Amino acid sequence: MVTEPAPAPPAARRDGLRLLRVILKDRIGAVGMVIVVVMTLAAVLAPLIAPYDPTAMSSRRLETPGGVFPLGADEAGRDLLSRALYGARTSLTVSLIVVTCAGVIGVVLGLLAGFYRGVLDGVITPVMDVLFSFPTLLLALAVVAARGPGTENLILALVIVFIPSFARIVRGTALSVSKEPYVESAHAVGLSSARIIFKYVLPNSVAPIAVQFTTSLAYAILIEASLGYLGLGVQPPQPSWGSMLSSGKAFMELSLWPSLVPGICIMITVLGFNLLGDTLRDALDPRLRGRSGR
Amino acid sequence: MLRIMLIRLVSVVPVLLGISVISFFVIRMIPGDVISSIMGEDFADPQVEAEMRRYFGLDMPIHEQFLHWFGGLLQGDLGTSMRSGQPVLSEIADRFPATLLLAVSALVVSILISIPFGVVSATKRNGVLDAASRLISLVGLSLPNFWLGILLVYVFSVTLGWLPSQGSGDGGLADLRYLILPAVTLGASLAAISMRMTRSSMLEVLNQDYVRTARAKGLGEHVVVVRHALRNSLIPVVTVLGIQAGALLGGTVVVEQVFSWPGLGTMVIRGISQRDYPVVQGTLLFLAFFYVVVNLLVDLIYVYLDPRLRSGH
Repeated sequence: MVTEPAPAPPAARRDGLRLLRVILKDRIGAVGMVIVVVMTLAAVLAPLIAPYDPTAMSSRRLETPGGVFPLGADEAGRDLLSRALYGARTSLTVSLIVVTCAGVIGVVLGLLAGFYRGVLDGVITPVMDVLFSFPTLLLALAVVAARGPGTENLILALVIVFIPSFARIVRGTALSVSKEPYVESAHAVGLSSARIIFKYVLPNSVAPIAVQFTTSLAYAILIEASLGYLGLGVQPPQPSWGSMLSSGKAFMELSLWPSLVPGICIMITVLGFNLLGDTLRDALDPRLRGRSGR
Repeated sequence: MLRIMLIRLVSVVPVLLGISVISFFVIRMIPGDVISSIMGEDFADPQVEAEMRRYFGLDMPIHEQFLHWFGGLLQGDLGTSMRSGQPVLSEIADRFPATLLLAVSALVVSILISIPFGVVSATKRNGVLDAASRLISLVGLSLPNFWLGILLVYVFSVTLGWLPSQGSGDGGLADLRYLILPAVTLGASLAAISMRMTRSSMLEVLNQDYVRTARAKGLGEHVVVVRHALRNSLIPVVTVLGIQAGALLGGTVVVEQVFSWPGLGTMVIRGISQRDYPVVQGTLLFLAFFYVVVNLLVDLIYVYLDPRLRSGH
């Protein structure tokens, strides 16, 4: 029986503008969106808006806010505001690179496993499961332990950590979509695998991928900060929120500001991505409503 | 039930095997190799180097190295610390109790916070308390646990002077006060996740027919919530506790560092900075194994708790 391939279900293809409107109409989503936009702007514009060089030391050590330095100074007399802005740059760049790479690799692996199945599935899925069964931070620690601290190794470690969740999601959708009658008929009419993937499988995965992307960003920022705090992330003098906190803690008895500023930055940024992720989840996939992102 | 449990038990084997293989190869990701990384450039006496290579078995082909290492692993041999000369396993045994104590206390803190809040949040849905506890849990999810620890130290150690901020004391009962801040730090960040889970699973259960029946029977709201709804909603919460074991183990590493808690976390970080690869490899492997076993136990408890699974369907 030869039939025309039925049109793809409209569920996944949504107008980006319409989605944006939905997010902004939701109060929580709007707050998340504003936070994300402001933090991104801060990161991008850091060189233009930072009042000082983030690595320039001065004699105004641990000065409280309100003087020359708007948010005070750290133990080396460096401007906390400028360091926080450059910290946003570090944190967001690393997280964005990590989640994008992990997303692309994870999607490809998930497609290979879920669409072609067979041997590929037999190899990819167990490896992903094992990676998944490692506690996230420990896996990242293992990679950094072997490769040594530093930005590139940090990125490598985090990419490895974030691949499995993407691969899982896409494999799941690919498996279920390829059983749908419209995909079977597409096969029957002789559509190439690539066309089927781009026309049917990927559009159906867009919603969960988008949600995963946003919540992963939040989580990546947290892990990046944790590794930075442990001294295993981006290395000084390049400012990162995590390492700022670790030196801030050492001088806590003298001034709280160096421990306050980066912590608040991390919290607000992660909160922004979490809020946005929650709203996206509700808007894109009502079935997932109420579930935790991790 | 037995069949499900057996299947679950067997399914752990490939995961443990996979973790072992990954742990083995992680050390092979070192640029150069272990020896050159430890000895550095300026120490390169070829004879000593060859000697060390033989001592650590690095002169063998890689599959033999793996078999050798894996054979040791099966006998509980995780290698020897390059710094202390002690077997890694005995160092782990020394420090694991502290980590376990911290993790279990954190879990208790997390349950004490999340279950009452989650239940109230669900039963008084969309009320002020619900909104407040949802906001708290979202903020908690976004808060790095080590920062929470730093803030707690500032308030309770630096400012008020009530609690110690570092170490674990000498092991006396009074030294439990050393445990309070780290356990609260770790527990609070876990509570954020399980609060959400308790709420949503409670909401789901409250809509079930048997809850309506219980209400229709004229049972008091309290009895309905505690006896009928809460008990059933705890099943998914148990699963979350299993998933949290991972966050817990990762979390201990960071939180131990904040409070200089003498557990496996501080040991791993010290191992990394000293390039003591057997210690790092052994500890991470141990923690990953522990995590898998905890999850296995959680699944078994789950089968036991859920009557539908207990009867074998």
